[in-house]
Amino acid sequence: MPQHEHMERHRKLHGRRFDAEERDRKRTARLAHKRSEFAQKVHGLRAKLYNQRRFKEKATMRKTIAQHNERSNKHANDEAVADGAVPAYLLDREGVSRAKVLSNTVKQKRKEKAGKWEVPIPKVKPVADDEMFKVMRTGSKKNKAWKRVVTKCTFVGDNYTRKAPKYERFIRPTGLRMKRANVTHPELKTSFQLDILVVKKNPSSDLYTNLGVLIKGMIIEVNVSDLGLVTTSGKVAWGKMAQVTNNPELDGCVNAVLLV
Amino acid sequence: MEQSKNLAGVAWTNGSLVGSLNPLNHGFRTSDGQGGYIITNTHTQYKRAKRDADGNIVQGDAEDDVVSNLVVQFHNRDGETVGDAMDVPTTAGSEELASLLRALLHPDDDADEENDTKIKGQVPYAFFAKVTKMIKVRDPSTLELIEKPIKEDIDITDYPSLTHFLRRYRNEVSTEQTLQLTYQPLAVFKVRPVTRCTDTLPGHTDAILHVTYSPDGRHLASGGGDSTVRFWDINTSTPRRTCKGHYDHVLCTSWGRDGVLFASGDKRGHLIIWDPVKGEARGTIKAHSKWITGIDWEPMHRNKSCERLVTSSKDGLAKIWNVRTKRAEATLAGHSDSVECVKWGGEGLIYTASRDRQIKVWNAQDGGGKEGNSRVGVLVRTLVGHGHRINTLAVSCDYVCRTGPFDHHGRVAGVESRDRDSNEWRDVAYRAAVEKYTAFKGSDEPERLVSGSDDNTLLVWHPAIDKRPIKRLTGHQQAVNHIAFSPDARFFASASFDKKIKVWNGRTGDFVNTLTGHVGSVYQVAWSSDGRYLVSASKDSTAKLWEMPSGKKAKETLPGHEDEVYALDWSPSGGSVATGSKDRTLKIWKH
Repeated sequence: MPQHEHMERHRKLHGRRFDAEERDRKRTARLAHKRSEFAQKVHGLRAKLYNQRRFKEKATMRKTIAQHNERSNKHANDEAVADGAVPAYLLDREGVSRAKVLSNTVKQKRKEKAGKWEVPIPKVKPVADDEMFKVMRTGSKKNKAWKRVVTKCTFVGDNYTRKAPKYERFIRPTGLRMKRANVTHPELKTSFQLDILVVKKNPSSDLYTNLGVLIKGMIIEVNVSDLGLVTTSGKVAWGKMAQVTNNPELDGCVNAVLLV
Repeated sequence: MEQSKNLAGVAWTNGSLVGSLNPLNHGFRTSDGQGGYIITNTHTQYKRAKRDADGNIVQGDAEDDVVSNLVVQFHNRDGETVGDAMDVPTTAGSEELASLLRALLHPDDDADEENDTKIKGQVPYAFFAKVTKMIKVRDPSTLELIEKPIKEDIDITDYPSLTHFLRRYRNEVSTEQTLQLTYQPLAVFKVRPVTRCTDTLPGHTDAILHVTYSPDGRHLASGGGDSTVRFWDINTSTPRRTCKGHYDHVLCTSWGRDGVLFASGDKRGHLIIWDPVKGEARGTIKAHSKWITGIDWEPMHRNKSCERLVTSSKDGLAKIWNVRTKRAEATLAGHSDSVECVKWGGEGLIYTASRDRQIKVWNAQDGGGKEGNSRVGVLVRTLVGHGHRINTLAVSCDYVCRTGPFDHHGRVAGVESRDRDSNEWRDVAYRAAVEKYTAFKGSDEPERLVSGSDDNTLLVWHPAIDKRPIKRLTGHQQAVNHIAFSPDARFFASASFDKKIKVWNGRTGDFVNTLTGHVGSVYQVAWSSDGRYLVSASKDSTAKLWEMPSGKKAKETLPGHEDEVYALDWSPSGGSVATGSKDRTLKIWKH
């Protein structure tokens, strides 16, 4: 045992050795390993006492750390008011859909005119004519090549009347015709199978729009009367825009998302 | 016999009217005041009389199966007879009966007399016929089905004539006996139907959850999801006060019965009492541990100080508060689940409806109860009958209690409504409230309570006397969300999530009418102060106006909101309707 502060005196007189800091660092770094080695080796009553002491140390350490962190902790704001206020009679009701009433028809018309849509799929891959159409050779010698067969899914309205087959330039195969679309309501997070009313806009070309070609990213109008959506004037909304989200010719069905 | 022409063929003479059974049905037999009988042979005329759409008598073929004349006797609601039994043609409708009754009640009333009697002469009446129905009941001892007679009051006001009524109740009404008619005066004033939106009031920064007019109809308050209570100036449709103090959605609001104080409850269970003129909080009470579902003040005719209110909460409790001392006078504990609705009845009882399928009746005053020694907050009885959570309650005297001492102009009879803190004003108002309530209540008819539930039915109760339901009303296909009694309690309307409103007879609970037209759930209904119109708010972003009780189609659709209409109120002074919506605006609708 030291009889006096002789170590400090020595340090004051002669200074420390040059690698003192480094040795200290190494020692503390080694300490955890030494402790661990001891904790694993020790058994019996010593182990019990050791673990008790160590547990207390750790608890104090955790508390101290928590105290230090107090200032910088982020607290949940108690004064914040939650969104989505509903009256008392609707609180606590399960399965009540809180879908916002869709934008009114005037707004929709204006957008339609401008032809601008904020849509879920903003960029639509252009489809070239030779991917869209297959040349059909006609004539008895099969030497005419002015007929085209559409290779993608199409929507053909109910009241469509064919031209005389001889003069029909574009053929839309019946096997690839679609009448209904699986439409997802983005806010309700549910999907419905709805009738397609009309193909509104195919960004690649007007020709595709007129032909009713269904490809990914295009705008269709669907019949939403079953959904019970209402305009501000209290009328049931009938037609709503939706954007096709899949490649119908690959999947065999049309998936779309409602534009709210 | 001058008036007999005016009365469309109903004969009467000055003072004494003598009617008797007239087996040959040959016209009226009345005394002419000198003791001699005059027999007018009007048989042929009335036999053929038939009404066109406007109610005018037109010549045509009458149905032969109904007698042409019937002996009726008028009663007031206390059961006292008015005049003698008399013979009236069955072509007479309620208009003619009313003019006959007016002549009986005010025999010396001439058209050219003073204003007062003139008004009396224009009072419209509703008529109820006493009908004995046979219903099948299971005899408790033998368990056999037996027929039991049940007396009912049938509202005949809306039948075009007695003939229609007799055809409908062919088996129940004997034409050989005197038909007992009870009359009830209807509102003298008429409220004009609202047709257009006059103002859109923005201001709230979140959905508006509750809108209420003050009892005198001069102030409007709204509570919203932005945790503010806002008071609006009705005359200029501008915001008057924005009151901050809540820390969560303001779910329910209620005006004191004297219009001096205003209470609002929020989702955190805090209750704040406001001074609506200054817009300052008079006190904040941490009332409940969960959100407050309903607030109801004590009716003024029970307590003139108007300082007690009851709150109900999701935490399963209801509490009676004194807003002056800000102390809970009693805690009404007993429900095992959220209390959804609370009503302070007109007879010193409090009704609470809960999700645990029970309605509990509590004593609201010291010295109540059967022996007169019951304390505040003592459970009187538990009403069991619903199979699912109960959403709403309506008491027959709701409207009378709500408007307190104020008449349909928003005035208290006898005083200028300047200084409401003065004792004189309070005394006069108290007397007015008592008078109004007594006039409304009439005879000792028990208070009626209607409850609407998620089991799609409504139950009618006489909560003060019986713990069993009087009637179960079926017909709705989804949960019933809101019920409202008409101001004169002749009807009540129930709004349901099945997009329909149903109107029921307020006395018997008989089905009257279904109102279809909404394309979304109907959230709230409100009656005009004369009971002739109903307005409803719906999820489909519109409100609709309905003519009562016969209109099946909406008289007006009030479009304009961009989202669900959550809150609705019709001003007690009649002029305007306010709707609050999820689109954060308040709209005022007027004629």
